[in-house]
Amino acid sequence: MIDIAVIDYGMGNLRSVSKALEHVAPDAQVLVTSDPHAVMQAQRVVFPGQGAMPDCMREMEARGLHQAIMEAAQTKPFLGICIGMQMLFDHSEEGNVAGLGLFPGNVLRFPHEAMVSASGEKLKVPHMGWNEVYQAEPHPLWAGIADGARFYFVHSYYCQPATPDYIAGTTNYPFPFTSAVARDNIFAVQFHPEKSAAAGLALLGNFVRWDIGA
Amino acid sequence: MSLAKRIIPCLDVTAGRVVKGTNFIDLRDAGDPIEIAKRYDDQGADELTFLDITASSDERDVILHVIEAVAAQVFIPLTVGGGVRQVDDVRRLLHAGADKVSMNTAAVLNPQLIADSSARYGAQCIVVAIDAKETAPGKWEVFTHGGRKNTGLDAVEWAKKVESLGAGEILLTSMDRDGTKIGFNLPLTRAVSDAVDIPIIASGGVGNLDHLVAGVLEGHADAVLAASIFHFGEYTVRQAKEYMAQHGIEMRL
Repeated sequence: MIDIAVIDYGMGNLRSVSKALEHVAPDAQVLVTSDPHAVMQAQRVVFPGQGAMPDCMREMEARGLHQAIMEAAQTKPFLGICIGMQMLFDHSEEGNVAGLGLFPGNVLRFPHEAMVSASGEKLKVPHMGWNEVYQAEPHPLWAGIADGARFYFVHSYYCQPATPDYIAGTTNYPFPFTSAVARDNIFAVQFHPEKSAAAGLALLGNFVRWDIGA
Repeated sequence: MSLAKRIIPCLDVTAGRVVKGTNFIDLRDAGDPIEIAKRYDDQGADELTFLDITASSDERDVILHVIEAVAAQVFIPLTVGGGVRQVDDVRRLLHAGADKVSMNTAAVLNPQLIADSSARYGAQCIVVAIDAKETAPGKWEVFTHGGRKNTGLDAVEWAKKVESLGAGEILLTSMDRDGTKIGFNLPLTRAVSDAVDIPIIASGGVGNLDHLVAGVLEGHADAVLAASIFHFGEYTVRQAKEYMAQHGIEMRL
């Protein structure tokens, strides 16, 4: 029995994700895998992503994971992280590539001309560091986490949903952007919960306990 | 409220121990890297940086075991540098649990290393460390080999170059300040930070908490790195963060 599958398509460090899951669920079997059958058999699926979205999409497809990811995203607790959130949308400006289309909307680059703070300070891209996440609505994955808690971000592109229906969290840099989305059994975050100290571990703990039938 | 400025304790590691010296010499033992990493995490450190200062290449694997152990227990971003010469070194460090890899001398000798590593693993995990010395008033040049060799490269121009090659962040050390405790070289920090769009970590010379405040407010740094003020118990990371917040800097408290 695989409790949690962390989908590995060859893009970077998944050790942090698996170690953080093992930390919050010491009794769970956490498997980092690129095997579509293992993804289909798992009770819960974590879909991380690092680097550039076109590379992530290509490597994911090359490993034959598309169908297993779509099936998991429709049936069981599913957590997208960083590029793993961006890949759930229709399209990304990064490399002009199509995503999986599970959320309507696009992935856009932080526009150079907008990157100035209220006090006139230049804002750097990538958006790197700890920023506040404002919860749009109560959700089991926000349980016990303060509204406005800081999480660790590192990204140059952000998701812009076509409708506000699925927005679960927003963050300001300098304008409000969508830092979390939720729909049925899917929750996806732009930040890295596995690198976000206590707040991140709380979110991962909520995910491993999330009962989508409740 | 928006993005917080970061405090990054730096751990210089050799033979599995954290050490600290002045201008890269006179090393003092500061303790066990895993214990120190956990202590700084408990104190609210925003990230940790490990620099492998081991001279001989046959001891390189020691840092991998240190990072593996830290990454299993500390859930904040970890940057690792020192001795990174090829893309495969980046891969090994990322697989050991590093979130970002810092490169210095090898990036100067072979700038393509930045481009290749960034293309393979993403700009978000590629940090270029720049060691600069003031060679004339208002002029800073890049030094390599632990500060011993002047490359003749202008620090500001090199910063722009590494950004264009795909670096996601710059760790900027003022070599003539390192270990002196007289504060960051603020004109250098500001010149580099204002010249690029990627984040800058200021390093070298921190002796008190006002130096950290100045690094952000006057140096325009996105993050500040310090070692000895934390290692020997002068200040906790939390004290430093609270002090910076009192001076109007947005921090994660």
